[in-house]
Amino acid sequence: MPNHLLEVDRLKVVFPTRRGTLVAVDDVSFHIDQGEVLGVVGESGAGKSLTGAAIIGLLEPPGRIAGGEIRLDGRRIDNLPYSQLRRIRGKEIGAVFQDPLTSLNPLYTIGKQLTETIETHTDMTPTKARERAVQLLKDVGIPAAEKRIESYPHQFSGGMRQRVVIALALCANPRIVIADEPTTALDVSIQAQIIALLKRLCQEHGTAVMLVTHDMGVIAETADRVAVMYAGRVAEIGPVRDVIKHPKHPYTIGLMGAIPAIGHGTERLTQIEGAMPRLTDIPRGCAFNPRCPKVFDRCRSERPDLLATETSLASCWLYDDQRAPAREAAHV
Amino acid sequence: MTAPAAPGSPPGLLRRIFDSDLWYSFTRSWITMGSGICVLLLVVGALGAPVLAPHDTFDPATLKLMDAFTPPVWVEGGNPTYLIGTDNQGRDMLSTIMFGMRISLLVGFAAVLFSLVLGVGLGLVAGYLGGTIDALIMRVADIKLAFPAILIALLVDGVSRAALPRDMHDQLALYVVVFAIGVSNWVSYARTVRGTVMVERGKDYVQAARVIGIHPAVIMVRHVLPNVMGPVLVIATLGLALAILTEATLSFLGVGVPPTQPSLGTLIRNGNDYLFSGEWWIAIFPGLTLVVLALSVNLLGDWLRDALNPKLR
Amino acid sequence: MSETAARPLVEVQDLARYFDVSKPLLNRLLEGGKRQILRAVDGVSFDIPRGRTFALVGESGCGKSTVARCVVGLYPLSRGKMIFEGVDIASMRTREAMRPFRRRLQMIFQDPYASLNPRWRVRDIIAEPIRAHAILSGREAIDARVDELLTQVKLNPRDGEKYPHEFSGGQRQRISIARALASNPEFLVCDEPTSALDVSVQAQILNLMKDLQRDLGLTYLFISHNLAVVHHMSDEVGVMYLGRLVERAPSKELFRFPRHPYTQMLLDTIPDIDMTGRQRQPVAGEVPNPIDPPPGCPFNPRCAFANDRCRTEVPVAKRAGEALVACHGIEEGRVPVIERVPAPVAA
Repeated sequence: MPNHLLEVDRLKVVFPTRRGTLVAVDDVSFHIDQGEVLGVVGESGAGKSLTGAAIIGLLEPPGRIAGGEIRLDGRRIDNLPYSQLRRIRGKEIGAVFQDPLTSLNPLYTIGKQLTETIETHTDMTPTKARERAVQLLKDVGIPAAEKRIESYPHQFSGGMRQRVVIALALCANPRIVIADEPTTALDVSIQAQIIALLKRLCQEHGTAVMLVTHDMGVIAETADRVAVMYAGRVAEIGPVRDVIKHPKHPYTIGLMGAIPAIGHGTERLTQIEGAMPRLTDIPRGCAFNPRCPKVFDRCRSERPDLLATETSLASCWLYDDQRAPAREAAHV
Repeated sequence: MTAPAAPGSPPGLLRRIFDSDLWYSFTRSWITMGSGICVLLLVVGALGAPVLAPHDTFDPATLKLMDAFTPPVWVEGGNPTYLIGTDNQGRDMLSTIMFGMRISLLVGFAAVLFSLVLGVGLGLVAGYLGGTIDALIMRVADIKLAFPAILIALLVDGVSRAALPRDMHDQLALYVVVFAIGVSNWVSYARTVRGTVMVERGKDYVQAARVIGIHPAVIMVRHVLPNVMGPVLVIATLGLALAILTEATLSFLGVGVPPTQPSLGTLIRNGNDYLFSGEWWIAIFPGLTLVVLALSVNLLGDWLRDALNPKLR
Repeated sequence: MSETAARPLVEVQDLARYFDVSKPLLNRLLEGGKRQILRAVDGVSFDIPRGRTFALVGESGCGKSTVARCVVGLYPLSRGKMIFEGVDIASMRTREAMRPFRRRLQMIFQDPYASLNPRWRVRDIIAEPIRAHAILSGREAIDARVDELLTQVKLNPRDGEKYPHEFSGGQRQRISIARALASNPEFLVCDEPTSALDVSVQAQILNLMKDLQRDLGLTYLFISHNLAVVHHMSDEVGVMYLGRLVERAPSKELFRFPRHPYTQMLLDTIPDIDMTGRQRQPVAGEVPNPIDPPPGCPFNPRCAFANDRCRTEVPVAKRAGEALVACHGIEEGRVPVIERVPAPVAA
């Protein structure tokens, strides 16, 4: 049995509310290998950020994990007590969030924040920790790192701040970094810089990355494999090239057609009618069935599991071999 | 509003209230429910005093001096006619409290209304016009804040006493108190409204109305004002408790409402004289009523503030 | 008739908008410091023929939204003209003079959550321009028009009774569009209309906007930071940097032969979704503080081709091929222009 670095197995995240329990992440399974970049892509409300938050143990109450397992190196981490989880967070799992300003404490210099994190997770001496902090800042491309280490977060621009956050996430040489929309708050020209940086660092350090984003372009440039999420479930997962070039799930197909791209014509974009269902009324069967152009009876009653296609895994009954005749019928 | 709902039209007002998040959060906490019930009981008791009170304390014919200083019914010497005893003139305490609460609530509501209108108006003007007028209004507000409310109230009362002939002052005393309390509390409304207006003014829906070509005054009233009323409602509720307490304090000091129209504060002052001679009930019961009233209103205000705050939801 | 057809519907000439961002007078007197003027937009010119789309593209803080707000009259101009059908509406001092034009130019905002008054029913939101301009009178006539508008933006007429919070972001943006269309405008200013939306919803809105343009003959000023969206929507594109228009060209020309080094850099930042494996030029540096822009060409600190002239002399827009480019390097021929994207394959 191959041992993956991170395994998420049938993860379920729920939010109890007055109008019943909302299932925000429903039976999500995937794995990430050593040094691999897994893109998790989806539109708002798809549950992609919550999946990331569940892995680092940062779900905001009343949200909680209601089922499934998360394993790091074969060891369960979803049911750990807070004290142990805290040791894993930062040391083995790093995190980069969307808004770099909220990830940094405005009252301390970035040097202090870096060295503190290093000292917490390693047994380096303060001098060594400081040397490593400077090295990290150099690694993430901050000019004059020896000087800038004494600066406060507000003295950095947005792009530079996100670099500092990445340095902070890499402090203890984590095995995996969860990056939740790391480039969304940044300008386009800075976005490209940050993507290139993340990619380079992970190659150099052999760190795995779970890259959560809504931007298919970022995924295309960065990820090795991609999981497309829809309404709290994985719609399709597979090698990034296959999923982008030859999407299999009708949702992925629609999504790819909806993205305007330079070099394509300027005729009408493919349009997925309707909107993602609210968590309060996710349809029975396949969550995508009311919007799906290829829907047939089974989709409305039975929920598909991830099924193998020629290239990727797609949770779509079109790829159930037993249904193959019906699939032909559905086309006619 | 009362016509049967047409298909597809929104549900009726009552349904909307019981279905709303506000009502839901109200029923979530027994403290909020309890204070809601307390306020309801006290207000009904006060408003219905002429009908509900066992005795008419304003009719001298019914007063029996013989019954003065009757203790509550559960104390030795108590009389079942006077459930919680009588005062030094033989007036039924329960009835005087109910009538006193009328005055307290009247002054409280009137004062809140006064400061609300003044504060919201000034806040709107300051927030929308900005610049020099804004600076002027806000500096006046700062100066106002440097004076304790009670001092302003005393000042207003003192000036009106000196300026007005005595009988005219007694006639106007109620208005003077309302004015004094109202003037001392407008700043919190003005500040909140100004802040909210400045935020709302920059929002795109206000810009959209400007692009359409709506007159600025119309935008203020139809777009901005409704969106600042939430926080104003919270301050008004908390301010009601404050106004009732300020009125009680003024009346206790003898500069509040005239003795002919006793409020809770007047009653406490009256009972204070007998507190140490054993007739404790004359001061304690009005005092307790005041505490319960102010506390319940405050708790309701706290709930409203949390319930209307989207960040805490 | 022929004259209005020849003349562009909208002409923006040398538009500038400065903001006084200095501290209040009292603080300046006490703490020292001088007046600080932010030149958010400094001398932008373009025109839009009837029925066409002109797009302004640039990073945040480049002044593109300020241009939008100046054009619809939300900000007074510090300098320049905004000519609508031959009339300079920026010079109008009174609301009354402006009134006939208000109806004819409308705006769609970026954030569909902030641009609709949360306390109004959708029906009243859409009817507001109709009532304000007294286009129709009588409840029934207005209701019928609102139903028609809701259908036009692919919503159900019954949705009119609901409040904005009952709708998703994409549906709200449809409501915004319906409101903008209510007064039968000819010119719509769209300030990042889809940047708050998910891609599948963005496709719906972009398609809707294209359909409406075709059916109603609308003219668009389209503001966006997303080059792919701009490429999809526009006939002509202006690239803004630090309050100035650095390049202006027909859309096809701009994406094929980007000339200004900044335009070239912007095109390099687009993620390679087709996975062609093309090498991207590394992008260096960040946008400088607009309060204290560099002397000369505003792009010179980040430009690989900058020389002494670029650091001292502000370039003016000069014609280069089909484009207008404000760059000394292009003028002198020291910036190479490389063909980028293969021409769109004919379907």
